[in-house]
Parts: sequence; C-alpha cells; structure tokens
Amino acid sequence: MATAWKRALVVGASSGMGEAVARQLAQQGCQVALVARREEELARIAAEINAAAGATLAHTYPHDVREYECVPALFQQIAHDLGGLDLVIYAAGVMPRLADEEYSFDKDKLMFEVNTLGAIAWLNEAAQRFARAQEGTIVGISSVAGDRGRRGQPAYCASKAALNCYLESLRNRVGRYGVAVVTVKPGPVDTPMTRGLDKLPLLIPAEKAAAAILAAARRRAHTAYIPGVWRPIMAMIRAIPSFLFKKLNI
Amino acid sequence: MAIPRPISLNQSAPERAALRDQNNGATAALADRRATAALPPPLPADRLERVEAWGMNTSVLAYVYRPSTAEGIREVFEIARRHGRKVGLRGAGRSYGDASLLAENICLDLTRMNRILAWNPATGIIKAEPGVTIRQLWQYVIGDGWWPPVVSGTMFVSLGGAASMNIHGKNNFKAGPIGNHILEFELLLPTGEIKVCSRQQNSDLFHAAIGGFGMLGCFVSITLQLKKVYSGLLQIHAFSTRNFADIFREFEARMDRADYLVGWIDCFARGKALGRGLVHQANYLQPGEDLNPAQTLRVENQELPDTLFGVVPKSIMWRFLKPFARNWGMRLINWAKYKAGSTLGNHKTYRQSHAGFAFLLDYVPNWKFVYKPGGLIQYQSFVPAENAERCFTAQLELCHAWGIIPYLGVFKRHKWDEFWMSHAVDGYSFALDFPVTARNRQRLWELAARLNEMVLENGGRFYFAKDSTLDGKSAAAYLGEERLRQFFALKRACDPENLLQTELSKRLFGDR
Repeated sequence: MATAWKRALVVGASSGMGEAVARQLAQQGCQVALVARREEELARIAAEINAAAGATLAHTYPHDVREYECVPALFQQIAHDLGGLDLVIYAAGVMPRLADEEYSFDKDKLMFEVNTLGAIAWLNEAAQRFARAQEGTIVGISSVAGDRGRRGQPAYCASKAALNCYLESLRNRVGRYGVAVVTVKPGPVDTPMTRGLDKLPLLIPAEKAAAAILAAARRRAHTAYIPGVWRPIMAMIRAIPSFLFKKLNI
Repeated sequence: MAIPRPISLNQSAPERAALRDQNNGATAALADRRATAALPPPLPADRLERVEAWGMNTSVLAYVYRPSTAEGIREVFEIARRHGRKVGLRGAGRSYGDASLLAENICLDLTRMNRILAWNPATGIIKAEPGVTIRQLWQYVIGDGWWPPVVSGTMFVSLGGAASMNIHGKNNFKAGPIGNHILEFELLLPTGEIKVCSRQQNSDLFHAAIGGFGMLGCFVSITLQLKKVYSGLLQIHAFSTRNFADIFREFEARMDRADYLVGWIDCFARGKALGRGLVHQANYLQPGEDLNPAQTLRVENQELPDTLFGVVPKSIMWRFLKPFARNWGMRLINWAKYKAGSTLGNHKTYRQSHAGFAFLLDYVPNWKFVYKPGGLIQYQSFVPAENAERCFTAQLELCHAWGIIPYLGVFKRHKWDEFWMSHAVDGYSFALDFPVTARNRQRLWELAARLNEMVLENGGRFYFAKDSTLDGKSAAAYLGEERLRQFFALKRACDPENLLQTELSKRLFGDR
C-alpha cells in the first residue's frame, strides 16, 4: 500500500506544493482528486495531467476550505468517485503579507481558517475513514514556522503550531489502526505564497519539495523536515532560550 | 448581534457563503471564493465498514445496513436514492470474489433476516428468510428426517446468497442446483414492489432471479422442497484414481447409481499421473438400512468435531498449516493425501453423517487464513462432458508450464438446468484454488485469462460465486447476447434506476 497509492486526494492542489504533489502522484499512475478554490486553475492542471497520462487520472473539485460544513459530503463524494481513497494530503495554506507594525485580525483569522481549521475539517474525515479501513496515509503540510513563535508572523506560526499538534494527536489516535499520519515541515519553498518575499534561506523548488513529501509519506515518517537540513537547524532554533530568541530577528 | 442561522447543503452555494460570512461577521478575505456545488448529503460515517471477498483477494469500504424486515430493505433503497448511492446485496459473504462487494456505496447485508417462517415436516416444505444459513436450515429439519436437497461445501452460506448464485453440491449431476428445489420466492424489487415468483407465476423472473446474482431484487422469502432422508448417515465409498482418464471413467460409470460424487485432484502430479486423485461416492440409506435413525438424525450426531484426535482444537489448525502454504509444502501435503488415500484408504466403505460428508470446507475452521495476506482465488470452470478431459488436461498442463500450480483441485459432475444465467453444463467442473500474492497477482490473472479462453473454446461456462478473473467479453461469450439482452431488459423493468449493482456486475456487465 505504502508504495503504490491508487487513489489520492490533494486539498490545495491549484498551486505550489499541492499542485506538484498531485502531478507526481499522477505520473505514478495514481488517480488524484484536486481540491482548491480556483476552478480555472484546477481545470488547467487536471487537463495537463490527463493529457500527459493519456487517461483521466485527475478529477477537479472546486471548494473553499473555509466551507467546513461542505466537507463531509464532498469527502464522501470524492471517495465515491475515485472508488476509494489511499492517501489524503492537506496542502492548503495562506500567509498574507503583514507589515512590521500591522495587527490584522482578518488576516489572522484567515490563516487559522485555511491553515488549521480547514485541515481539521478535512483530516478528521480522513482519519475517521482510514481508522475504519485500518489503513491509509494522511499528510499534513505544515511548516518550520510552527516550531517557534517568530516576530514576523505571529498568527501564521501559531496556525502551523496548532496544525502540528493536531497532526501529532491524530497520529496517536489512529496510528494504532495502521493509519500513517505524516507531519511535513518544509522550509521556504518557491511557491506563489512565498514569491516576492525577501530573505528566504535554503529556498527549494516546489517539485523537489513534492518528491520529498511523497518519499516521507511512503516511509510513513512521523515528522519530515524538507529539506532534511531543517531538522538540525530547527532543533537549534528550538533550543534557543526565550530571553535570547526575542532579541534575535529570526 | 444577529443570531447565527444554520447552514446546510440544501441551500445553494452562494446562500451558504453569504450565511457563513453573516454568521461569522467576517468579510470575504479571499477574492476568488467559490462554494462547492450542491452534493447529496453524506451517509453516516459510522456505517462505513471494510467488506471483504471470502477469498480475501479483494475488499472495499461500503456503508453497511443490516435490515431485519422487508420494510427495512425498502428504507435502505430509499436511503440510497436520497444519497445518490447504489446498493450491493450481500448474504453471508461466502462468494470467493467480488459478487457481494460494491465500493463506496451501500452494502445491504441480509444476515439479520434469518427467520424460518414456516415448516411442514409432513411435506418437507420450508419457507425461510434469505439470511437463514444452510446450517440453520439443516439443523432445523434433520430431526424430522429431512435434509436440504442441495448444499455447498460450507454450511455457512445464506439461503438468499445460495439462490442468487444458484449453488450446486456434490449431487449436481442428479439433483441439479438449489433452484431446482425452490418452489416459490418473494422478491422485493428496488421499486418497493414485492413479486411472488414460481414456475407458474412470474416465470421469467423466477428463472432469472435464481442465479441472477442479486441484480433484479432482494429475496425476502424462499420456499424450498427438502429431501426426505431415512438416516442421518450416508454410505460412502472412497477410492483413488490414477489420472484424468481414470477419474472421468469412474464418474461416468458411477453417475447412475451414486447420489453424490466428488473428486479431489492432486494438482502437483504430472505426466502419466496428471489428474490423479481420490473420489468419494455417497449414497442415501434406504428405509431399514439404518437400524437407529432416531439417533443418527439427531443434530448432535451430525456436528463436526471441534478437535483433531480428540485433543488439538481445530480452530488453531490453520496456524499449523500456514508454513506449508507454499509450493513445496502443498506438493508434500497433496502427495501425502494421495498416497494415504490410494493405499490405506483405497476402496474403503464406511458410513458418515450428512454434515460430515457435505461440509468438507468447514473441517478446518478459518482454513483460508493459510492464504493470508494475499488471499486466494478459486478458479472454477464448467465444461461439456465431451470436451472436459481435453480441457482440464490442457488447463493443468498450462498451470505447470507457467509454474503457478493450484494448491487444491476439486472435480464434480453436473447437468444442464433451466435458469437464465446458469453456470452448469452437462459435463464436469474443475475448481482450482490459487494463492494470491503481491508478486504473482498480475501473472495469475494473465494465466486465468488463458484458462478462460480454453473454457470458451470448449463450450464451457463460469460461476459468479467463484469468479474473480472474467471480463465482460468472456461473460458475454458464454452467456450469449440474446440471453443477456433478455436478462437486462428484465433488470430495467425490475430496477429502472439501476440501483442494484456489485463490483462483479460492473466488471462483467458495466456497459449494459
């Protein structure tokens, strides 16, 4: 199962890592349900995937992850359309620009809605299903930003920290039924979300990140830093005492 | 502050979006927001269960409902309509392949409809619900001197499943399939109507629904004529046969005087010994032959023993057999069985209980676990008598040539029957158990496709209860276009919304 997914669901598939993951899954012959807000983008990506495969592997489901009440029905519909589900990847995420002195509850709320609550809405469904199936892989794309409260993006860091904790709980909850829950913590990845930002260390292309995400899912990793060098870096950053950390502009 | 209003999928997408914003007091922060189009409401997630083929070679997730009344079945059809789902009927789940599976839809499990509705010990006519098992049935009637006229190799099949698949037993050449003994049934159509069917009333539906693999409606009662027996024992004659020619000769010679005939084949033997095996012939005892029928007809004198040699619990036997579940192990077991049967056990005659003779598959509980984790398929084909020896010889030789050797082979005699989708021929069947592994799966299916070609070239047929490997073209080739046209015209009349489906029906007839 871990090496031959047949049916996958990618939430946040219209750009960035979600799109790259979906394309790579389809290249491996996996059927993919593409979920994202932007219908035209989804249609374009699906058409490209299907043309390359010479078969209908990609199916589109336009959806705003903040429509939580729609998720159970849509999740079931996707499982029905694909004839089952082996892998669910939550890759939706937003990080609106925040000026140095800016405090915007609207932006903060949006980040929690998309990065955290949307993930909970979708992955609750996945966990419930996979626990009953006694198999399946859940991947949550979080961020290294969730490891420490940085001054630049309080709500983004908090939304990812909450996601990390949620994914860990989920792993502890359904791991005993044979379900893998993988927390992915990428460093900066070249995606529409990060374009225009300066000072991005160790930036990698989305395709490279996607390959690493699928590799981590395949080996049923608990937590995967992408690229791997972020693991020791974040271990060091987490070890910095608060009184020192608040003086550093990290 | 405004009171939040409930949001549901019955509302249009823009309504939902507006309500959510209104409830949250939020502004639309995403410029390009789109709401999901209206979808059918979700089924309860706690109905979701893994439903497995008996051969463990495939499984699906489905929303399982277990009604206990006809009204309950109607409700399930309604739920399916409301939620935009199809319904797959499932009895005891004893079909080896995907005949009772339907992924991501509703599995209508009939095991709770398991009441005996009427029993007349004077005439031997019994009316029962579809979830009643053969086990329930024989235990209910044997004390009165009756036995089910047709039973499968396991007693755990349901009557509804048995009728849907039109099962046969080791007496098929004499008694025909179970459908031959069904006097009447009530079929609940997906439209909600109940049709009473017999040879006289709704005769087409009678002959199509028996063996109709759950496509036309759901049996809610089945009335069956049982067989009078004068003893709880059968007279058995066991002997060995040296090869295919020998076993065919013996079967032809004994057909007239035997009530049951079954052959076991050592599939590992080759050359001149190809098709060697052991045969068991059984005959009913006539009145007066059993001096104490009241005793032998007692249920407790029929039960299979729980232990081997009185000590080893049979429930753990499969664990001892598991290490042998590979070619060398099965070659050894087949060889030892043949040698024992052809020397010590050759031409032995003895008496054995009905249950002991009939339910060979129940001797070692959970024996199929030997085939874990990939499971097994049983490849069974039915070939007219004049071509059977040639076909089965070629099949076994091909298995050897491909290096995929069946671990078990079973040989039976059959006769033609009147049912529309019948698997039976005036000829023989050869059932082959193959282990399924991640490594051999693709090649095994390729081999099965070659075996299918041989069967079709020889005018043979296949059995939905066993099938895992057939495709639509092959199914159409043996059933015939005219028959399929009739059957699916009847389906459209009984099930205009095409609510009843299974993975098997989609695989074989998905485009009809």
